[in-house]
Amino acid sequence: MSELGGIVALSLTVSLLAVLFASLLGLPLGAAIAVGRFPGRRALIVLLNALMGLPPVVVGLLVYLLLSRAGPLGEFGLLFTPPAMVIAQTILVLPIIAALCRQSVEDAWVEYEEQLRSLGAHGLSAALTLVWDIRFSLVTAVLAGLGRALAEVGAVIIVGGNIDGVTRVMTTTIALETSKGDLPLALSLGFILISLVILINAVAYLIKEAAQRRYG
Amino acid sequence: MGLMRFFLALSLCISFSTEAQQRFITVASTTSTEQSGLFKHLLPLFEKKTGIQVRVVALGTGQSLDMGKRGDSDVVFVHARPLEEKFVADGYGVRRFAVMYNDFVLAGPKADPAKVAGSKDIVAALQKIKAAQAPFASRGDNSGTHFAELELWKAAGTDIAKDKGPWYRDTGSGMGPTLNTASGMNAYVLTDRGTWLSFKNRGELAISVEGDRRLFNQYGVILVNPAKHPHVKKEMGQAFVDWVISPEGQKAIADYKIGGEQLFFPNAQR
Amino acid sequence: MILPLRLEGISFRQIIAPLSLEIAAGPSTIILGANGAGKSVLMRLMHGLLRPTSGEIAWQGQGEERIRRGQAMVFQRPVMLRRSALANILYALELAGVPAAGRERQAMDALREVGLTEVAHRPARVLSGGEQQRLALARAWALHPEVLFLDEPTANLDPGATREIENVIKAFDASGTKIVMSTHNLGQARRLGDEVLFIHQGRLIERAAVDTFFRRPASAEAAAFVKGELPWV
Repeated sequence: MSELGGIVALSLTVSLLAVLFASLLGLPLGAAIAVGRFPGRRALIVLLNALMGLPPVVVGLLVYLLLSRAGPLGEFGLLFTPPAMVIAQTILVLPIIAALCRQSVEDAWVEYEEQLRSLGAHGLSAALTLVWDIRFSLVTAVLAGLGRALAEVGAVIIVGGNIDGVTRVMTTTIALETSKGDLPLALSLGFILISLVILINAVAYLIKEAAQRRYG
Repeated sequence: MGLMRFFLALSLCISFSTEAQQRFITVASTTSTEQSGLFKHLLPLFEKKTGIQVRVVALGTGQSLDMGKRGDSDVVFVHARPLEEKFVADGYGVRRFAVMYNDFVLAGPKADPAKVAGSKDIVAALQKIKAAQAPFASRGDNSGTHFAELELWKAAGTDIAKDKGPWYRDTGSGMGPTLNTASGMNAYVLTDRGTWLSFKNRGELAISVEGDRRLFNQYGVILVNPAKHPHVKKEMGQAFVDWVISPEGQKAIADYKIGGEQLFFPNAQR
Repeated sequence: MILPLRLEGISFRQIIAPLSLEIAAGPSTIILGANGAGKSVLMRLMHGLLRPTSGEIAWQGQGEERIRRGQAMVFQRPVMLRRSALANILYALELAGVPAAGRERQAMDALREVGLTEVAHRPARVLSGGEQQRLALARAWALHPEVLFLDEPTANLDPGATREIENVIKAFDASGTKIVMSTHNLGQARRLGDEVLFIHQGRLIERAAVDTFFRRPASAEAAAFVKGELPWV
């Protein structure tokens, strides 16, 4: 049972860290693209939206090649460790958060732009002020990223190696038990995973509602 | 690029904080070996004795050897002798030691359309299956098991790559998923006994052919060559290799049983 | 001093035909015209939110910073951040470079000026429309601008709130701030304005003192507008 606890804890740690890093990078990125005007902007937006659909297994393979000892970043010895899984999931989740943030900020920019510019806020500073102001609607973007991270198996299994006690998470355990033919166990784990995700979403929704009532 | 380095340094710190305390080696092995449960039995004994944690990355034989070539593991523990010998000959491994053998069995539908059940001759059985065009599931994934299967088809006089028909299903997957497919399709399938014994989704499948000497599956262990990859943990890796072929390690292997049945037969030469 | 403001040959796409005018310190200026005449675009050109397609906009004084800080604008719809009323003003002061030590006092002074001290810590967005517009004026007041632009500030408000806003604007005017306000409300123009700039189809048709404009409009369009007969542009 404690083994299961460890697996669930690792799943949450890896995915939450990935979402944290992806948000730290992706929210400013999305806001900057929303507010900025530069050549190639529309192509960049299309690319960002497309990257939301990055296949996890492809990300896993690319990160594997990067982190392998034979690869450019091999000296850090990160392959088959939880940090490698965090890196892979961050890459996977970053486009989702950035693209959804860009859309939300762009929509809000229509309302806020003139007033902010009149007050002397412009560029990235105005964009970040906006991001903070619309933070509750960005919760949806972050949750989308978290959902993707918790649900994927292709990336973490390649860069993590599904090592017993070290890099085994819920999705890779489900894959393993399925391949061993232990379908009832795999199904139970699947239900635990789904329940966890539902719980996280419910809590986030309630927080968002309460805050919206408070701040208007 | 500067941001990437910062990010990596951060990950390294996180990674270090948890791992600086833990001495460990990385062993590349095969899915069938891991799924048999041998490592869960064996590795705690080694760790207790030496304090070295063994992290097994279980892939197909082909990928495990590739891992060794890249220097992503310290030790390679697979069951494909010709490939292992080439690995050492090409300078990627220090030396190959025989460790143990297990056997393959041919599982098949109880209805037995090719009429091979109870036979002790795997080659004849394969010929009958091909003649009857009975469904056959293959791993097709460059694994040791796949390799062994191809050798048996060769012995049966068939170039399976050329002669396969719709009755031959190439799943490109590990042992477990291939068994799932075979169970779902009521097909014959070559599997190692360990995975078979732990496999719970048998459906209509049962053992059709076993006991043929040609079904024996030899395992070898190799230390990845530190001359090629200086970061390899050669002392700890060598300690593992030494232990696994030592009388103590060999006894531990023999002691591993599923349902009272021994799965692996130690045969290291001293 | 950033006034007087000179516009020379300003045009903006099809909306504003080339026009030239000068805005001097002192009398409050009302930009009057029907909907679609180009009042809002003209205000935004003056304030720097839009770039003219041709022509030049010249303030007195050096430096973009100084010129921007000498102006403030209140829009038809107040845009508040999801923070308290006080915090919204503090944000504006921070942007203007006011040192942290004096900000809260200045912000409270501004709230007092418009009578909103009681709601200083309420979330700005839960205030009524009239209160939010007063807050927008307080925010502008706290910046002590030389010029205050107002783009139809009471168009969305009921008569009671409108009166409150007009009182604040009068106080601004009395304290020496130059008022430039657009409206299509004739009564409001008479109440608050000293001079009128009458815009029609992107052209400056007439400029006169308020009384003169309403009693003896010089142009046919102005006469029609005053009588309330100008067709929707």
